[in-house]
Amino acid sequence: MDFALTLEQRQFDDSLRDFLKDRLPMERLRMLADTANGFDESLWNGMIELGLPGLLVPERFGGAGLGVLDAAVAAEALGYAAAPLAFTGSMAMAPLAFTLCASQAQQDEWLPQIAGGEVRFAVAYTGLAGQTGAATVTLEGGTLSGRIEGVMDASAATHYLVFGRDGMASVVSADDPGVSTTLRRSIDRTRPLMDVSFNGAVAERLDAANDPLAAARTVLDAGRVVLAGDTLGAAQTMLDRAVAFAKERVQFGRVIGSFQGVKYMLADCVTALEPCRGMVWYAAYAQDALPDEARLTACHAKAHVSDVARDVARMTTEAHGGMGFTDLLGLHIWFKRIGFNRQILGTPERCREEAAQLQGWTLHV
Amino acid sequence: MDLTLSEPYQALQAEIRDFIRAHGNKSPKVGGGRKRPDQKTLDWQKRLLEHGYVGRTIPTEYGGAGKQPDIMEAAVIASEFARASVYAGLTNQGISMLVPTLLEVGTDEQKREYVGPTIRGDLIWCQGYSEPGNGSDLANAQTKAELRDGNWIVNGQKIWTSSAHYADMMFLLCRTEPQASKHEGLSYLLLSMKSDGLDARPLKTMTGRSEFNEVFFTDVKVPETQIVLGRGKGWYVANVTLKHERLMIGDAGKMTARLEQLIKLLSTNEVDGVKLIQMPEYRDRLLRLQGEVMAWKAHNLRLLTEAAQGIESGVKRMIVKYGGTMLGFRLSSLAVDAFGDAGLTYETLGEDSEADDATTWNIDYMYDVGLMIGGGSNNIQKNIIGERGLDLPREPKAAGRV
Repeated sequence: MDFALTLEQRQFDDSLRDFLKDRLPMERLRMLADTANGFDESLWNGMIELGLPGLLVPERFGGAGLGVLDAAVAAEALGYAAAPLAFTGSMAMAPLAFTLCASQAQQDEWLPQIAGGEVRFAVAYTGLAGQTGAATVTLEGGTLSGRIEGVMDASAATHYLVFGRDGMASVVSADDPGVSTTLRRSIDRTRPLMDVSFNGAVAERLDAANDPLAAARTVLDAGRVVLAGDTLGAAQTMLDRAVAFAKERVQFGRVIGSFQGVKYMLADCVTALEPCRGMVWYAAYAQDALPDEARLTACHAKAHVSDVARDVARMTTEAHGGMGFTDLLGLHIWFKRIGFNRQILGTPERCREEAAQLQGWTLHV
Repeated sequence: MDLTLSEPYQALQAEIRDFIRAHGNKSPKVGGGRKRPDQKTLDWQKRLLEHGYVGRTIPTEYGGAGKQPDIMEAAVIASEFARASVYAGLTNQGISMLVPTLLEVGTDEQKREYVGPTIRGDLIWCQGYSEPGNGSDLANAQTKAELRDGNWIVNGQKIWTSSAHYADMMFLLCRTEPQASKHEGLSYLLLSMKSDGLDARPLKTMTGRSEFNEVFFTDVKVPETQIVLGRGKGWYVANVTLKHERLMIGDAGKMTARLEQLIKLLSTNEVDGVKLIQMPEYRDRLLRLQGEVMAWKAHNLRLLTEAAQGIESGVKRMIVKYGGTMLGFRLSSLAVDAFGDAGLTYETLGEDSEADDATTWNIDYMYDVGLMIGGGSNNIQKNIIGERGLDLPREPKAAGRV
């Protein structure tokens, strides 16, 4: 039994973090937030160099053939840096969806392109994920019609991967004349959302899964775990910055970290946040190796880490005093990232409701 | 990452399962009040010792199995006994705290005299640490011992001494060097509870039981050799002991067991014909707790792995007592709430007897508050987390603080 990251995982994590630290200083993040299209081509190309798009793509298609655990670890590093990167949809959920739902020929066609970063997928659900915006499509013949609001990781997408209510997956090109989109700024300025309308857009069905609904849920579970990892990283940044600030800021002739009021708040943050790391690892590992626990741990990880991170975001902002409330410090970038991750692909309430259904704890299942 | 057990641990697991199949029916009931072990428990303890399921790493010359410390083996043993709901052996302050302390810093004579009888359950210990005026500020202990004609003469008072009313011996933190500084004036003595001048009086707590005692010392004589490590080393020795206590309190296995009981309780109890688990308000609380327990279980796996690899876990370890006791209280709180008005009847029938379910949960619920206070209160834990874990500066010293 060994519940720890391997040396290779830690080395990859280090190199990813170093890269992001270099590429995303605060000025750069601000610039990206202001331009608001959520796509940084140079960052994307850097990720291709690091091999990130192929993380979950099987080796025979040119990927690294790694698991959700590796994706969750990468997500933590991305959240820590607040990287505006279409990671969850494009690099985690899409390769998994193709592996589970696509025919051999479709895998041969698409997976190498995903691994090489030549295509970028936005993954959208029309049900199953608990979204509150409009999300209805119909797949008839070879075309898709309908509308999905608030799709994440979509501004840079070259393609859409849409899961129907029955779990059936289909692929639509973003260039298709039947697709029209409206970019909407989100609370997280580095990550806009896209409202997507399909009007008879040409759709390629991925219908090789024996149980499409189960496959769609597996992809969703992985996405939720990856988001939990991202949230964990974002909360860790806020805590690290608050601790550093508390060691420097002087009031009443003392550094504020020596006041128990501040010290206890930060102690509460680390006490709640540190177990979330084990939780994310466990839930991610469950996606890879413990199928019986995969759904329940994914629901709980998304819900619990989101709840803890909200508290951490609030308390660490408070620890910064007035500065924490300003735009100047930029702390709010992570505050908002945590808020974004919380609501997307199912709120904590929705995830807990699904956990209850899984265990037969609801009156009407 | 790999959660499967490697071959030697699988073999140990299989061996324990065989043992439990063959002998599990002789196990005393799991849990139960704080009392002197009865014959059935002592026999069971002896059997466990023979198989090395307790006292596993204690050298054979002191009555143990003399195995190399292996935290993964310890985890396999604990989980197999828990899984089968079979008594995993005595846990008391002598076994969990004094024995590891003596093995670390005791003399050969002390180890030979005390370790064996203690792990067999023949010798019961209590801990003489807290005083009425010095709880969190343990190093300020004022109970004093003076050396006269080859004996320490002890005077003073201790409080929160669990099991003092049936213990044979006490490990005592007392002031022997009044001229020395606060931390360097303490010594650690081992004394008989039958000593003349020693008076243990039960201390009734909010649970209605007397889980603790006050112990009064009036010219209690303790032979000079009954000191551990030497004069003025008491604070160091006490910290060796406390390290073992804090490990004891944050126990993920216990949380998991509690959550399971709670799920059963909410699946059984009904209001107006609807099970509580199907009522959104109760269910949501249960689900939140399930998530929290999941996080702490995974955290525990991390700590276990690090301990097995000899990695110092730092702040990850420091948060366990604070986080664990708070979660424990939230778990027992939901249980108490699940009983509702029907859980208001409360009959504690003494420490040796079985209480009804509602009373048991109510006792846990109150005792959990005690756990947040005992062994370094939660505020002390937060100081430790903040100062040692996050490297935040200490409070400036108050005027007159030694």
